[in-house]
Amino acid sequence: MPATTAVQITGLRKRFGPLEVLKGVDLSVARGEVLVVMGASGSGKTTLLRCINLLEEPDDGIITVCDCTVVCGPHAPRGRKRNKQIRSVCLQAAMVFQQFNLFPHRTALQNVIEAPITVKGVAKADAVALGERLLDRVGLADKRDQYPARLSGGQKQRVAIARALAMEPDVILFDEPTSALDPELHEEVLQTMRDLARGGMTMIVVTHEVQFAKDVADRVVFMDGGEIVEDAPPAEFFARPRHARARLFLRLVAADQPTDAPTGSTTDGKGTAAEL
Amino acid sequence: MDLVSRALPLLGQAVIITLLLGITSFLIGSVIGLIVALGRLSPHRLPRYLAVAYVSIVRGTPLLIQVLLIYFGLPQIGIVLAPIPAAIAALSLNGGAYLSENFRAGVLSVDRGQREAAHSLSMSYPQSLRRVILPQAARIALPPVGSRFIAIMKDTSLASVITVFELTRLANMVGSATFRYIEMFVIVAVVYWLINTVLSIGQEALERRLARPY
Repeated sequence: MPATTAVQITGLRKRFGPLEVLKGVDLSVARGEVLVVMGASGSGKTTLLRCINLLEEPDDGIITVCDCTVVCGPHAPRGRKRNKQIRSVCLQAAMVFQQFNLFPHRTALQNVIEAPITVKGVAKADAVALGERLLDRVGLADKRDQYPARLSGGQKQRVAIARALAMEPDVILFDEPTSALDPELHEEVLQTMRDLARGGMTMIVVTHEVQFAKDVADRVVFMDGGEIVEDAPPAEFFARPRHARARLFLRLVAADQPTDAPTGSTTDGKGTAAEL
Repeated sequence: MDLVSRALPLLGQAVIITLLLGITSFLIGSVIGLIVALGRLSPHRLPRYLAVAYVSIVRGTPLLIQVLLIYFGLPQIGIVLAPIPAAIAALSLNGGAYLSENFRAGVLSVDRGQREAAHSLSMSYPQSLRRVILPQAARIALPPVGSRFIAIMKDTSLASVITVFELTRLANMVGSATFRYIEMFVIVAVVYWLINTVLSIGQEALERRLARPY
């Protein structure tokens, strides 16, 4: 794997019972690249992201994040050594969840400094300094002592981003970071993510936010039925989606986000339902 | 007044023994309960099976049998326990089985996303338990654990059958010497009730404190 590659996925397979959710996915993400993953629900995009963090145990495949590799499948090692591999992959690739998953019994600052202290053994004072800097970076310096219950959804997600950054990961994985938020709160989270992208962070973002993908993504990957069916720069993907399912998906998403409607492709609800 | 004057000095001593039995057994039982709960939740089969068997046996048999088995049965295989340690052992083992179910329910009711967040932050399983899961589980488990504490406090009366001089034995002894059973049993019933009222007031205060949004 060249040093310019941040994430390399080879032959990733995952099934839940009879349902094959990932059918041998290959994907490579360069350092500093922003990759947006799109697809209908059930297409496997969230499972793909969760597999990179080993939140799902893949049935087969190889996952490499920077210099850490986890081999999955029937011959994968078990036990302590493997747990250590998984933890080092997670150290390189932090996750931002749809439901935030902040620790409710910890303040915003404590959420951010928890893992640096317990996992990396950073001294408390250094961690606090780091945490304050990161909260400031996501515009929440004044909320450092608030518990998550007192924060809005958008603020929670920004704290979650600061918490992910605190581990100084090489890659951040975003799992539909705005889907649980009221529409008026999307922008503050997306703005934080834009800032990260500008700062050169490698990002894999599962989202339906078309405008974000157009503005920020270096590449858009479209998944359908557990496979990557389209992989193109956003300008190309949004202007001329090649795959029929991608065209249909973009129409449906556009109906949700009127400002982003691709010109000339609007259709009535009945037609799209029939196509599905 | 003859009765009261005879019983009073002994009453204080009996209350102390009852409290000693109840509190010690609750504390040891909590440690046992936590270990058994973690065994029950383990990804490995052996600790899970052992924990299930332990809980099943303890909950499926009378506490009185467990007390008698430990005090009268163990000496047969060379383990001789004095009455108070034997009572504490039986009450702890018994309470631990019930408490393990309370702890397990608490851990299971912590949102799955919490574990996932800890995983993604590279925390090890023990770290995520200590720092993330157990603090939240403790809050959820508090009401049933408090009830179990009170139940253990009442179960201490079974120690009277193995000659531990606690409240019930005191009532029995003074009662049989004076034939004033009603007075004696009512007195110790009131004492049990007072002890447990204090416990439940304490529990309610703790719950109120923890009910604040974090």
